[in-house]
Amino acid sequence: MTTLAATLWRHPRLRIASLLALPAIWFVAFYLLALAAMFVSSLHTVDDLSGQILPGWTLANFRILASDWTYGRIALRTVGIALAVTITDGLLAWPFAYVMARHASPRLRAMLMALVMLPLWSSYLARVYAWRLILAHDGVLNWALHGLGLPTASIGYSNWAMWIVFTYLWLPFMILPLFAALERIPTTLLEASSDLGAAGGRTFRRVIVPLALPGLAAGAIFTFSLTLGDYVTPLLVGGPSSDFIGNVVYSNVGVSNNVPFAAAFAVLPLLVMAGYLLIARRLGAFDAL
Amino acid sequence: MIGRGLLWFSVVVILLFLFVPVAIILLYAFSDSNIQGWPIGVYSVKWFIATWHDGEVRAALWLSIEVAVVATIIATVFGTLAALAVQRMRGYGNEIVSFAAVLPIALPGILTGMALNSYFVLWGIGLSFWTIVIGHATFCTVIVYNNVVARLRRLPPSWVEASMDLGAGPWRSFRLVTLPMIASALGAGALLAFALSFDEVIVTTFTAGAQTTLPLWIFGAIRLGQHLPEVNCVVFAVIALTIVPVLIAQRLMGSAATLHK
Repeated sequence: MTTLAATLWRHPRLRIASLLALPAIWFVAFYLLALAAMFVSSLHTVDDLSGQILPGWTLANFRILASDWTYGRIALRTVGIALAVTITDGLLAWPFAYVMARHASPRLRAMLMALVMLPLWSSYLARVYAWRLILAHDGVLNWALHGLGLPTASIGYSNWAMWIVFTYLWLPFMILPLFAALERIPTTLLEASSDLGAAGGRTFRRVIVPLALPGLAAGAIFTFSLTLGDYVTPLLVGGPSSDFIGNVVYSNVGVSNNVPFAAAFAVLPLLVMAGYLLIARRLGAFDAL
Repeated sequence: MIGRGLLWFSVVVILLFLFVPVAIILLYAFSDSNIQGWPIGVYSVKWFIATWHDGEVRAALWLSIEVAVVATIIATVFGTLAALAVQRMRGYGNEIVSFAAVLPIALPGILTGMALNSYFVLWGIGLSFWTIVIGHATFCTVIVYNNVVARLRRLPPSWVEASMDLGAGPWRSFRLVTLPMIASALGAGALLAFALSFDEVIVTTFTAGAQTTLPLWIFGAIRLGQHLPEVNCVVFAVIALTIVPVLIAQRLMGSAATLHK
C-alpha cells in the first residue's frame, strides 16, 4: 500500500489516471456510449406486427419526422417556449440579483440566497402540481379574481400556463449565476464610469450588462435546457395542443413501444443544445457556471 | 433612473411568486375534501392518516430512499475522485473533464433518459432497480463533483505539501489534511445529490421497469386523477423531506464560506 502510494506520488500522470479511472469509465460506459446507442437506435425501425426492433440502417424515422408537419409544429413549440421562458427569466432575475449583489447587507444577502435555493431543490413535481391547482377552474387564481370583482381567467391547461409554470420553475437557475456575475463587478469600475461622465443608465448599459453577460448566459443554459427536455409540465398543466418533443418521445417509449422513433426525435434537442452550448460558450457561460 | 424602492418592491413580488405556490400546496394537504377546490372548506389531518396506511405509498417511498442512498454513495465516491483528479490537471485534460462534467446537467433530462433506455434495449438489459440507480448516479456525481471542485480550488496546495514535508505519505496527507478540509463540501454535495435523486422523475420514467418510485407514483396519480388527497399529503411530506437535507447542506456551505476569512 505504502509503496503503491509512493509510486503514484512520484508519477503525477499515473496518479491522475488512477483517480480518474473509475469515474471516467462510468461516464463513458453509462453516458457517452448511451448517447451513441441513441443514435444507433434512431437508425433502426420497429416491425409493425411483432413490435420487434429490426436492426439495420435506415433514415426512415427521420423521414417521417421531416415529412409530417405535426412534428415540426411540436419542435417549434418546444424551442419557442424554451426561448420565451429563458427571456422571461432573464428579465425577472435582474432586479432580484441586482438587489442581492448591490443593495442587500451581507446578512440579508445570505438569507435571500437561501430563499432562492430552497425552491430550486424542493420537489419539482410538487411545484408543478401546485400550479395545476392554482390555475384550475375552481383554483386560487379564479377565486382571487372573483374576490376582486374581475372576470375569471381560463389559462389552466394551455400554452400560457406552461409559460408561467416553466418561468416559475427555473427562475432560481437564472438568479444565482446572474447574482454571482454581478457580485464580482468591482465597485471601482462603476465609480470610474460615473467619474468619466456616464449617467446611471449608461453605466448600466455599457459596464454592468456586458460584465454580467457570462452569468446571464450560464443561467440561460439551464432555463433553456430544462424546458427543452421537459414532458411532465406539458402533461400536467398543458392543454390538448401543448405537446413537447419530450411528450412524443415519452409516449413512443411508454405506450407505442417504438424506441427507435423516440430516439430519432430525441436527436433534435441534442443538436439544438449543441448549438446553444456553442453560443453560450462564446458568451463566457462556462467560466460563470 | 429606476428608484430603489421599485427594486425592493420587485424583490418582494418575486419572493411571493416563488413561495406562494409552495404555501398553497402545503395547505391543500390539510383539506378534508375529496375535491381539490379553493378555498379549502374544512381542515383535517384525516388524509395524512390514510396516506400513512397506504401500502403502495410506503413501498414507493422506501424504493425512492433506497435508490437515492445507493446513487448518493456512488456519486460521492466518483465525484470526489474526479474532483481530486481535475485539480491536478492542466490544459486540455482539465478542460475536457470540466466540460464532460457539465454535460449531464446541461443536456435535457429527456436525452439522458432516452439515451439510457435505448442503450439498455440495445443490450437486451431489463429495466430494474439498478438501471434506475445508474441513471441517477450520473447526474448526482456531477453535483458532488461541483461542490468538491469549488472547495479544492480555494484550498492552498501548500498545506498538503507541508504535510508531506513533515513525513506524512500521500494517503495520510489526504486523510488528515485534504479530507477534513473538503468534508463539509462533500457532505453538502451528498445531501443535494440525495435530494435530487429522491425527487427525480424525467430520467426515471425511462429507466424504471415495473418499479414505482415516489415521484413516479405522484406523477401517475395526478395524471389519472386518482388518490388526489393522498397526493397532497405525499407532496407535503416530500417537500418537508427534501428541505431538511437542503437546509443542512446550506449550513455546511455557509460555514465553509466563513472558513477562509
